[in-house]
Amino acid sequence: MTPTMAGLGIAFGRVAFVMLFVLTMGGLLTWVERKQSAVMQDRIGANRASIFGLRLLGLFHPLADAIKMLTKEDFLPARADRTLFTLAPFVSVVSALVAFAAIPFGDVLRAGGREIPLQAVTLNAGILYVFAMLSLGVFGVMMAGWASANNYALLGGQRAAALMISAEVAIGASIMGVAMVYGSLDMMEIIRGQGAPLLPQWFGDWIPKWGIFTQLPAFILFLAAGMAATKRIPFDFPEGESEIIGYFVEYSGMKFGMFMMADFVETVVIAGLTTALFLGGWQVPYLAGDGFRFPWGATVALAQPLVALLQVLAFCLKVAVVCWFLMLIRWTLPRFRYDQAMRLGWLGLFPLSILNVAATGLVLVAWRGP
Amino acid sequence: MALGVFLIVAIVAVASALALVLRRNPIHGALFLVVNLGCVAVLYLLLGAEFLALAQVIIYAGAIMVLFVFAIMVLIPGKEETGPDPLRSQRLMAVPLGLFLLLEIALVLWGSRSGGGVGGAASLPQVGVRAGGIESVGRLLLGDYLFAFEVTSILLLAALVGVLTLAKRKSE
Repeated sequence: MTPTMAGLGIAFGRVAFVMLFVLTMGGLLTWVERKQSAVMQDRIGANRASIFGLRLLGLFHPLADAIKMLTKEDFLPARADRTLFTLAPFVSVVSALVAFAAIPFGDVLRAGGREIPLQAVTLNAGILYVFAMLSLGVFGVMMAGWASANNYALLGGQRAAALMISAEVAIGASIMGVAMVYGSLDMMEIIRGQGAPLLPQWFGDWIPKWGIFTQLPAFILFLAAGMAATKRIPFDFPEGESEIIGYFVEYSGMKFGMFMMADFVETVVIAGLTTALFLGGWQVPYLAGDGFRFPWGATVALAQPLVALLQVLAFCLKVAVVCWFLMLIRWTLPRFRYDQAMRLGWLGLFPLSILNVAATGLVLVAWRGP
Repeated sequence: MALGVFLIVAIVAVASALALVLRRNPIHGALFLVVNLGCVAVLYLLLGAEFLALAQVIIYAGAIMVLFVFAIMVLIPGKEETGPDPLRSQRLMAVPLGLFLLLEIALVLWGSRSGGGVGGAASLPQVGVRAGGIESVGRLLLGDYLFAFEVTSILLLAALVGVLTLAKRKSE
């Protein structure tokens, strides 16, 4: 195998890992959502799908759902804009899927004389990339609402666009504080910065410098705005499956499924961003490049590939925990009304994020000197 | 490979720009403009200007065009789109103005080829190897061009306050 072929293979592997991870998590989330809501509401939940009598707590339901949606009638309204109607779900899903590419899932893997960054795309301004791709998702819902030739869908699409814009502004403003603390927009650099000890003169090496400790207000603001960006309960007034009519009212079959998938994939992306920016990304506490170095003096030497594997596992675990936490909030809160969510976004989250940026700047100048 | 990517993106950019002008449907036109802006972002990326490319997508495609599409959706189907063009007389102006723009672009290109003059390589600030990197952009904006930067931000703020005042007066 020539070096270029190997390089291509490695690049393909990096992209494929992220793609598979996001799609698997997104698919699993449909099951987690049903099962977790059932547990929280004292029901049994999805448990009927079985293969040869094997039920596995209803884990086959995502598969059954996919088959059902693929075989349903694909309905096209008579007065719909044919091209845009078909294009809209793709825009939604693709913009959500590619957003994860800049989020690192591990540090550098050293194998066979190569240094492989465990990240689908290495970008200097990685946060901005994720942000840019998420902001393109707005076009999907607006196109869907408009192309359906249905006034209810149009209104739903406009509600969705208004919500996503207000959420994205707040997300962007809350991320600024993190970028200021770690002095970079490169996700890899931000995560490396989170491996350093927090205030070593007070706590020694005990507490890692994770974003949740240095930027707690930004963490709360980001999580709230992130939930709004995924358009699910408590921010599900654009669609409101149970009572109100949303932007995908005319959609059926797999096109409808793709809109649902986009929401779940966005949840995974928000969880990945939360992990990378606030929970130390792939950092394992006390794990350095050559093994564990505990603050009480003990050390455990580990081979480099093993360290990389631990980091990837830690990243996956953290993303899963954040997804679980988002679902927990989802099934705890009632739905916001449109005007309430707008007021929360523009008059609550956004100004508070800007205040956080100003406060972070003041503290940084006072701490490090101008 | 860079040349191949450039050719593909350039063709898509020109095609979407033509479609933007030629399509009757305003929504289609606006969406073609989004495609065009995305292509320009890729061109920035090919030149190594990563920050500029992402800012282009976030601000133009992600924010300004969303407002455009939003406004068109609220106003459809207005008379302007379906009836005869009320600004037909302006088409006469379009041809000489278009020619003038082409002449300007030709002048700039000619100047940059010869190395001096308007837009020539010599008149561009030298900012090191990573000209499009976020550090150099930040250094230029908040260092060398701080005054222009602040004046622009005050201009935008004035426009914002002006719009707020106008909108408020109407609603009362």
